[in-house]
Amino acid sequence: MNEYTTTRHNELVDPSLHIWGWEIPVYLFVGGLVAGMMIITGYFLFKGKYKDSACVCRVLPLLGMIILSAGMLALFFDLDHKLYTWRLYTTFKFASPMSWGAWILIVVYPVMIASFLINVPEYFSKKYPWMNKISLKLGEHKYAIKNIGVINMLLGGLLGIYTGVLLSALGARPLWNSSMLWLLFLVSGLSAASAFVHMVAKRADERELLAKADNGFLILEMFVIALFIIGMVTSTKVHNESALVLLSGIYAPVFWVFVVGLGIVIPLIMQLLAVNHKIKHTPIAPIMVIVGGLILRFVIVYAGQYTHWADAAF
Amino acid sequence: MARFGMVIDTKKCVGCMDCVVACKTENDVPDRFNRDWIVQDVRGKNPDLQMEIRSERCNHCDKPPCVYCCPTGASHLHDLGGVVLVTHDMCIGCKACLAACPYDARFIHPDGYADKCTFCIHRIEKGLDPACVSVCPAHCMNFGDLDDPNSRVSKLLNSRKNHSIMPEAGTSPRIFYLV
Repeated sequence: MNEYTTTRHNELVDPSLHIWGWEIPVYLFVGGLVAGMMIITGYFLFKGKYKDSACVCRVLPLLGMIILSAGMLALFFDLDHKLYTWRLYTTFKFASPMSWGAWILIVVYPVMIASFLINVPEYFSKKYPWMNKISLKLGEHKYAIKNIGVINMLLGGLLGIYTGVLLSALGARPLWNSSMLWLLFLVSGLSAASAFVHMVAKRADERELLAKADNGFLILEMFVIALFIIGMVTSTKVHNESALVLLSGIYAPVFWVFVVGLGIVIPLIMQLLAVNHKIKHTPIAPIMVIVGGLILRFVIVYAGQYTHWADAAF
Repeated sequence: MARFGMVIDTKKCVGCMDCVVACKTENDVPDRFNRDWIVQDVRGKNPDLQMEIRSERCNHCDKPPCVYCCPTGASHLHDLGGVVLVTHDMCIGCKACLAACPYDARFIHPDGYADKCTFCIHRIEKGLDPACVSVCPAHCMNFGDLDDPNSRVSKLLNSRKNHSIMPEAGTSPRIFYLV
């Protein structure tokens, strides 16, 4: 039996760390969502589907830029020394995932702009004829477009992976200290993006393809969550205790009900029925997947801050 | 090169918190925050209880995760004794270092940057002890070069049983407690 008293009462640190509020989970979710959207865009570009004027890959780059910018704004809100944000771009720190992320975010925009210019939506091509000219020029180089597709997929993958590595590199918080986290966030990002694109796509075959892809990602996500928890439970005492926060602790109800139940299992059943033509496609399942993905980031960020090495001593 | 650390005698410490007050005064630490603090760790089963009183602060780790995760290089190892410091006008307030520290030794200063114990770098540059060490009425705190076999801290570590806090977190802390 141990009793531990401390005179430290630092704001945002005691009694348990709570430095990151809504901004970081929202940003991590948006990062994953846009990563998934880039991978889907890249796939359509690579496959040559962009030639069809109704292809969803014509609107995704612009939507991606808007959503990612909103996410980066949330990230900016979280910074406490905002005037010095430019310091991120005067250096590159190899060991810091956050430095990698800052640079990935910078590289992602030109790629999304290039993807946008391959097929300029009508509204912009009428207003800005020069965009159309670039678009026509790009259209002459099929392999350039294929390459942009590949770069989209690669950078999308990097963006999605980094959002997980960002947390898992922080070894002081046992719940985050899992090598499954990048995969969990990447797959969750892909499933949220599939659900989102399923809703905005106009072509029926694309909607069907993305619903099927989403089912695959959701099944994969369940396996990754299982492996994530098994990894924690079979690790050291602090990791066991941090797994209990999700399994039976204060974050268990929201994790099992909203992330696993309403965010994965039920929409998966609905979408499996829909792709097998037992029921009609509705926006309900995709919205549940997207909200589930957002709540997953909240649970992981909050529960991770709640876990601690010192708990082993108590 | 020097490698500064502390050796604190828990058999002498009475938990008077003079070190805490000295630090707050010396470094002008704002309200609601502490760079150092006192921990009372009671273990065992009544009536066989053991209490350890510890003056804790940043461990100035040999393998500092706060330095590794810093995206701007604001958190760094100083040339003088490998002290872990934060350059205020390079810090963006992202709080990654707070999350990376297993000792929760850092906090966000009301001005927005990450703040923590500096081993009173402005004092040790002049050859003085850190404020907390110099005021300790029980003389339980010792500061010095862990790499110098003739320093007082090295001699104490060689002659007395000691432990660091949570070495299992893997950061190689540089504050040791004599037991």
